[in-house]
Amino acid sequence: MSFLKKSPWIIHYDGSSCNGCDIEVLACLTPLYDIERFGIINTGNPKHADVFLITGSINEQNADVVRTIYNQMPDPKVVAAIGICATSGGIFRECYNVKGGVDSTIPVDIYIPGCAVRPEAIIDGVVAALGVLEKKAAALASMKASA
Amino acid sequence: MKTALWVVAWVVLAPFIGGLLAGVDRIITARMQSRVGPPVLQPFYDVLKLFGKRGNVVNAFQNFYMICFLVFVIVTGCLFFSGGDLLLTIFALAVAGVFFVLGAFSPNSPYSNIGAERELLQMMSYEPVLIIMAVGMFMVTKSWHVDAIAGFHQLLFAYLPGVFVAFLFVLTIKLRKSPFDLSMSHHGHQELVKGATTEFSGPALAVIEIAHWYENILLMGFVYLFFACNWIAAIAAVMVTYFIEIFIDNTFARLTWRFTVKSSWIVAGVFGVVNIFCVAFLIK
Repeated sequence: MSFLKKSPWIIHYDGSSCNGCDIEVLACLTPLYDIERFGIINTGNPKHADVFLITGSINEQNADVVRTIYNQMPDPKVVAAIGICATSGGIFRECYNVKGGVDSTIPVDIYIPGCAVRPEAIIDGVVAALGVLEKKAAALASMKASA
Repeated sequence: MKTALWVVAWVVLAPFIGGLLAGVDRIITARMQSRVGPPVLQPFYDVLKLFGKRGNVVNAFQNFYMICFLVFVIVTGCLFFSGGDLLLTIFALAVAGVFFVLGAFSPNSPYSNIGAERELLQMMSYEPVLIIMAVGMFMVTKSWHVDAIAGFHQLLFAYLPGVFVAFLFVLTIKLRKSPFDLSMSHHGHQELVKGATTEFSGPALAVIEIAHWYENILLMGFVYLFFACNWIAAIAAVMVTYFIEIFIDNTFARLTWRFTVKSSWIVAGVFGVVNIFCVAFLIK
C-alpha cells in the first residue's frame, strides 16, 4: 500500500479564491518546484485523483460542486484546504453568501493557511496529507479484511 | 519451441519493458521542459497504486470491455511475436481498439463519449497506413508472415522508406502523443478532461495503462521489422524512433480531428501508395 505515497494524483478546485493561491498551486508544477519529481500529477479528473486541493472559501453556489467532486473521488482520498480562505473563510467569512471554510461542506484532513500560500507550504502540506492517506488506506484494507 | 519462447517473453516481459519505456519517456519529457522529472519506475508506482484504489463504476459493463481490450492486445502480440500473419495482427489490433471504444462509450459521460468518437476517427486515420505497411512488406518479401519478413536478408527500410515515413506519422496517433492525442491524452486538464478514460478509476484504469504498455511494445515491433536484417541497427532505429516521437510530443500543440484524418490520409497517399507503386514496378 506504500505506493499511494509514491504517486499521489491531485485535483485542484478554485472555490471562491482571489486566484492568489491558485497561481501558487500551479507554480508547484513549474520547473522551479517540479512536483512531478514526487510522482504528483495534476489530473483535473476527480475519478483519477487521490488528493483534493481546494482554494478559496465555500459559498452557497459552489457547495454542491465541491460535494460532487468529493463524492466522485474513489477511496482512499484526502482533502487539503489551501489558503486562509479555504481553512476558515478568511476575510470573506462574514459575507452574506459565504458558508465558511471547506470544512463547512466536506471533511478536511489538512489545513494549509497563508495569504497567499507559499509553494513550499503547499508541498509540505501535500506531504503531510500523504501520511493521512496512508492511514486511510490501511483502515480501508482492514475494513475489507473484516468484511 | 522458439515460437513458444517468444510468446512467453512477450506476455511476461512486454509490460515491464513498456513500463520502463514510459518511465524513460517521462524523464526525457521533463528534461525537455527543464524539469527533473519522476523516477524511472514511476509508471509502475502509478499502476500499483491504482490497483489498491477503489474502482467506481457507472455502467456494469465498462470494466469488462477494458479487460477485453487488454486480452486482445495480448493476443495480437502473441500473433505477432509467434511469427504469425502480419495482416491478421493488424486486424486483431483493430478488434482490441474496438473494445476500447466500446468501453469508452458505455458510461454515457459526455467526455468519454466524445473521446470514443475521436478514437474511432483516429482508427480511421491510421488503419490505411497499417494495411499499406503490410502490403508493402508482402510485395518485397513475398510473405505475409512476420517470421519470414523478420528473416528477410535485405534491409526492408531501403525498399519502403515512404511507407516508413507514413508509419511514423500514424505512430504518433497510436502512441497517443501530441499533436494527435485527441481521444485520450497522457495529461489531464484538457478540454476533454481525460477523454475516453475519464470515467475509469482504480483497477480499470490500471488495466488500460498496462494494455497501453503492451501496445507500445507491439508498435516498436513494427518499427523493428523495417530494420530486421541487422538486429543492432533495428534496436537503435526503435530507440531513435521513440525519441523522435517524444520530441514531436513536446513541440506540437494538439490538432483537430479534421486535420488528423486529412493529413494522415494525404501522407498515406503521397508516401505510402507512391512507395508501393515504385516497389511494384521495380520488383517483378
